[in-house]
Amino acid sequence: MTERAIDVRGLHKSYGDLEAVKGIDVHVDVGEVFALLGPNGAGKTTTVEILEGYRERTAGEVSVLGFDPASGSRALKERVGIVLQSTGIDPFLTVAETISLYSGYYPHPRPVDEVIDVVGLDEKRDSRVVKLSGGQQRRLDVAIALAGDPELLFLDEPTTGFDPTARRGAWEVVKNLASLGKTVLLTTHYMDEAQYLADRVAVIAAGQIVAEGPPSTLAGRDVGRTHIRFRPDPGAELPPVAGGDASRRTDGWVEFESMEPTRALHELTSWAVDRGVELDGLEVRRPSLEDVYLELTGDQHPEAQPEPVASGRGRRRGR
Amino acid sequence: MNVPTLTLRQVRFTNKAFWRNPPAWFFTFAFPLMFLVIFTTLLGNGSVQVGGKEIQESTYYVAAMAAFGVITACYTNMAISVSFQRDQGILKRTRGTPLPGGAYLTARVIHSMLMAILLVVISAAFGAAFYNAALPSGVSLLRFIVILLVGSASFCALGLAVTALIPNADAAPAVVNATILPLLFLSGVFIPVGDDAPTWIQWVGRIFPVRHFAEAMGAGFIGTPFHWQDTLNVAIWGLAGLLLAARYFTWEPRR
Repeated sequence: MTERAIDVRGLHKSYGDLEAVKGIDVHVDVGEVFALLGPNGAGKTTTVEILEGYRERTAGEVSVLGFDPASGSRALKERVGIVLQSTGIDPFLTVAETISLYSGYYPHPRPVDEVIDVVGLDEKRDSRVVKLSGGQQRRLDVAIALAGDPELLFLDEPTTGFDPTARRGAWEVVKNLASLGKTVLLTTHYMDEAQYLADRVAVIAAGQIVAEGPPSTLAGRDVGRTHIRFRPDPGAELPPVAGGDASRRTDGWVEFESMEPTRALHELTSWAVDRGVELDGLEVRRPSLEDVYLELTGDQHPEAQPEPVASGRGRRRGR
Repeated sequence: MNVPTLTLRQVRFTNKAFWRNPPAWFFTFAFPLMFLVIFTTLLGNGSVQVGGKEIQESTYYVAAMAAFGVITACYTNMAISVSFQRDQGILKRTRGTPLPGGAYLTARVIHSMLMAILLVVISAAFGAAFYNAALPSGVSLLRFIVILLVGSASFCALGLAVTALIPNADAAPAVVNATILPLLFLSGVFIPVGDDAPTWIQWVGRIFPVRHFAEAMGAGFIGTPFHWQDTLNVAIWGLAGLLLAARYFTWEPRR
């Protein structure tokens, strides 16, 4: 069995009457990049902060690198790097001084200039923190977490507020860490981020994990329904396979789903060829990670038991 | 690195950041001197009875403002800056590193104490140059150093303890001033409290540490009798502050 960096069983967390986390079982293997997805208030940050040692759990077993994080063990903190959602940095120190300050806390820190280089802040090396842009400060957050050369890195929404270029840059940083054998636990709102970075993802909704697996096969998205759509002339006759006028949308597109995309496409295209019509804008696609995510987290009622796999309610893309 | 080395290193970085914020340090040091000039100009022509001794008010204020400076640098600055760092998440970030929380706070206390000592030196030099203040020497100097160290450490501890009452950084100055300003007035720091003042004011002075601290500091500057009970009172308050801080101090924003 692979060694586990994080092992969580039956985790519960209540704040008074509010049950924020309702029995989570999850594990992260050593060397894995694991993403925790979920809407605000789903219990993501609570879970991560229990693992980081900031919160005490109500019930359950938690092991992080073999330690109980609630113990506040210094030996554990020496092996972990944390990027919190929002934390300040002393504004009057420079980038290099800040990283040097934090790396001094660890027994085997990475060289300061190497860390600065990894996050691409070389040009800002001697600038004071107060002079950095928001994105640059976020990169400094990551740099501080890397200063102690951690085995395990917690990244809580690391790229929120980044422009696309900066996001790409941050992704490369995480990819590099993964290639060095580091374990990364990531939370994010961005599906493309999870898709690109994570070996496995878990979707958390209303305090429970509702799906877990590699991003490419999450909740059966590789074997589930296929979306087919095209844009006929307004009022034109529709092929039977498309399910009649019900599938015609107000924007003029016709969209339908099929469990047998090969047959459906064959029927659709034969129908079109027979009539000599062109299927404008014809598109065939699998549900994206975002489709699956929205379906899993979309209709959360506090009392409802979330289903483990997507139900067939035919929810449209949420954009 | 062991904890004392880490703590000293933390003091160095705290110090570095402190001096890079000129408005903060300038006013920390200028404030007591400014008050000294204002009070002596407004009220400094008479004399005041302290402990059965007649003292020039201008000399009295040198000692009072040195005490005020220590309280500002320790209690006020500690409470406000730590609340601010708590709101900013700097404390929470530090909590996630191997640096022991005690080392972080001890470093801040040591830095505030160093700044308080520097402030006292400046006040003493200023007072000696312009207001005929005597500079403590011999045994008096040793006693002065003891009360300075005990007082600055105690007011730092009380500053850490009061952060438990501060909900967020915006409220910090209000809470801090509400707790310290009345005491400064009732303890004779701003306006001398003579032996003929109302009994309840005398009692405020006897119970709370501000008057004890100011009088023990005054003993060094103006030659009034030094009582170890003053130092003891301040030390007990400091210890209480430390225990309260240990129990109620939080590392995370309270919003």
